[in-house]
Amino acid sequence: MDFDLPLIWAAIIAFAVLAYVVLDGFDLGVGILFPLFPEKHDRDVMMNSVAPVWDGNETWLVLGGGGLMAVFPLAYATIMPALYAPIIAMLIGLIFRGVAFEYRWRTKRAEYLWNWAFAGGSMLAAFAQGIALGALVQGIPVENRAYAGSWWDWLTPFSIMTGIAIVVGYALLGATWLVMKTHGDLADRARAIALKCCFATVGAMAVVSLWTPFLEPVYLQRWFGWPTAIFSVIVPLLVLGCLYLLIKGIRDRHDVQPFIAALGLFVLGYIGIGISFYPYMVPPSLTIWEAAAPEESLAFLLAGALVLVPIILAYTGYAYWVFRGKVDPEEGYH
Amino acid sequence: MFESFDATMLARMQFAFTVSFHIIFPAFSIGLASYLAVLEALWLWKKDEVYLELFNFWKTIFAVAFGMGVVSGIVMSYQFGTNWSVFSDKAGPIIGPLMGYEVLTAFFLEAGFLGVMLFGLNRVGPRLHFLATAMVAVGTLISATWILSANSWMQTPAGFAVNEAGQFIPVDWWAIIFNPSFPYRLVHMVLAAYLTTALVVGACGAWHLLRRTAPRRARTMFSMAMWMAAIVAPIQIFAGDQHGLNTLEHQPAKVMAMEGHFESHPDGAPLVLFGIPNSAEKRIDYAIEVPKLGSLVLKHHLDAPLAGLDTIPEELHPPVAVIFWSFRVMVGIGLAMLGIGLWSLWCRYRGTLDSDPWLHRAAVLMGPAGFVAVLAGWITTEVGRQPYTVYGHLLTANSIAPIEAPAVSASLVAFIIVYFFVFGAGTFYILRLMARLPRDTMPELDEGPIRTAGVAPGPASPKSHGAHHGL
Repeated sequence: MDFDLPLIWAAIIAFAVLAYVVLDGFDLGVGILFPLFPEKHDRDVMMNSVAPVWDGNETWLVLGGGGLMAVFPLAYATIMPALYAPIIAMLIGLIFRGVAFEYRWRTKRAEYLWNWAFAGGSMLAAFAQGIALGALVQGIPVENRAYAGSWWDWLTPFSIMTGIAIVVGYALLGATWLVMKTHGDLADRARAIALKCCFATVGAMAVVSLWTPFLEPVYLQRWFGWPTAIFSVIVPLLVLGCLYLLIKGIRDRHDVQPFIAALGLFVLGYIGIGISFYPYMVPPSLTIWEAAAPEESLAFLLAGALVLVPIILAYTGYAYWVFRGKVDPEEGYH
Repeated sequence: MFESFDATMLARMQFAFTVSFHIIFPAFSIGLASYLAVLEALWLWKKDEVYLELFNFWKTIFAVAFGMGVVSGIVMSYQFGTNWSVFSDKAGPIIGPLMGYEVLTAFFLEAGFLGVMLFGLNRVGPRLHFLATAMVAVGTLISATWILSANSWMQTPAGFAVNEAGQFIPVDWWAIIFNPSFPYRLVHMVLAAYLTTALVVGACGAWHLLRRTAPRRARTMFSMAMWMAAIVAPIQIFAGDQHGLNTLEHQPAKVMAMEGHFESHPDGAPLVLFGIPNSAEKRIDYAIEVPKLGSLVLKHHLDAPLAGLDTIPEELHPPVAVIFWSFRVMVGIGLAMLGIGLWSLWCRYRGTLDSDPWLHRAAVLMGPAGFVAVLAGWITTEVGRQPYTVYGHLLTANSIAPIEAPAVSASLVAFIIVYFFVFGAGTFYILRLMARLPRDTMPELDEGPIRTAGVAPGPASPKSHGAHHGL
């Protein structure tokens, strides 16, 4: 039997990145919303709602990076130099917000400093990820197995737009997470924020979606040529469906439904990008098969991934289960 | 700030800087995770609260150190691509899967169970909680295994071929993972992590023994740490010697630089104790050396011939001075660790382990020594690999990404500022946590400076309980 190993791996990497986006998305979102909740007590609860899981969420980013190097080394070797500045900015943002989880509880005098680090780091990381996404969508030139552009190419109006879209989208995920995990006044304010953010998110998705086809002829053909144009009808309809469920969930004071609907929006947006990208790994320069590592590398890691990823999902699910339900403000993990 | 360097040199400086900061945290968290598992096991087994109190004390410190390790590690996993993209393209098919397995088998395990370990004791009960602690400890060891396999493959590559695109292609994964230097490097590094942690725990225990705030817990951790130093330091010296012999076989130029052997010695090489390497004149100035001892150490024979750097083309020499010194720092600290281990055994035999202030002061002084030794050891082996990234096959100069010097120097400056600020603050918090060991909840009658004979001790001051959670 012959398996198309590069295609299988493209699917796994895509899954890892999606897992990262939705999981770290909500905990970065909680950080982005920090400035809107000035009271210490609220902030303690917000941070505790993600403290037990943020590290696992961020590990999907390491899998995305490490996995890309393992199975698509050429893509890794061309994307990273092309996105040099946003990647470094993202890393620095993640450093500040990551250490804030512990540092914030270790000091009274400098607590404000680590509040800023948490909020600022989360925003910087989210914005940089959005810029990186935009820069990847608008295309990366490759010659002789190396990045062939200059080191400011990533900065365009389009990438700034995707940067803003990701910040707003993560804020939506964070707000709906807080609706699900907190009580009372804090949850009510999160509801109000989620309502604003969901319109902003869908608006940003619309702008990016209408802009994308005009960046590359390939995208235009994909979205307006038969038979793939059928997606141009289906995906927006599903987005509107999610938006309806989200708003209804907030109005009816559901705890879980808004978060699930917000995740749905992200999954749909992600599928939309996937439809644009296929069959490219680095549009418009490298296809999945051109960027892939040799068979021996793909097969060796796939054997492990097929066994380990389900196990990882199982115990990650268990960790979420242990900390299920609303955060008890009195429990105070720290 | 760095105008005089080219992009390759800047990228090397950036890698050296970020990886040096990074390695400090795993060196501590590998040892501390195992120590926490041992403490919790002792608590479950002996039902003695002192172990739970120590567990909770070190758990908080672990959380801070682990957080720093995670964020500085994410930087490493992306730096291969940003600064060393040609290396990533060429060696990715081999290095990448090893790191992929590290993420799948270790990082997720650690991260998944860390939350339960830190915050979940009341939710899952002691037994499942112990399982979580053990998983975190096992995860750190699995992580060390894969990353040292990847690093060792760069030092002693095996089991590969090269394709038409210039990529290293895996041929035999068994030979790749268990490449010739891997077992030695793994043992040497894990023991180093255990010793480093033992010295930190020992210094903390000694500090509190000197201050007499919490004699019971201080004595317990000091005693455990000194057993570790006494037992592991000699094993580590033996392991290091074996690792050196392995290096002599596979990377002779590195050993020549470590030993300061610019010239070949056909009938017995000296052991250079100290001196100042003079790379321009190809000699060691002011050398203090023991004749023929070098051959005895490296070849186990006094008159064995030993080749020097004169047998290797000059453009393939590693930088001698750096390696010569870093190696001596590492060995010197290793001998000091052995010394404090033996001293503690002597005091234990005499019954003065808890009361000898000079031993305690020495232990406090030795607290950070493990980190210095780990860094010195890594500098020796990594700088000793130069001028290659994949030893013998891929030059560092041919591994660099097509990036411009200003981009690398700007990000280097950013990393330096951020790391000193962030990890400086983290180190400060860890030191403060270590200094704040609350008073023993069960003070023993014969200890403490303020008890008067014949007077029943009054109720414990409210502070002794309140201080525990109210940091």
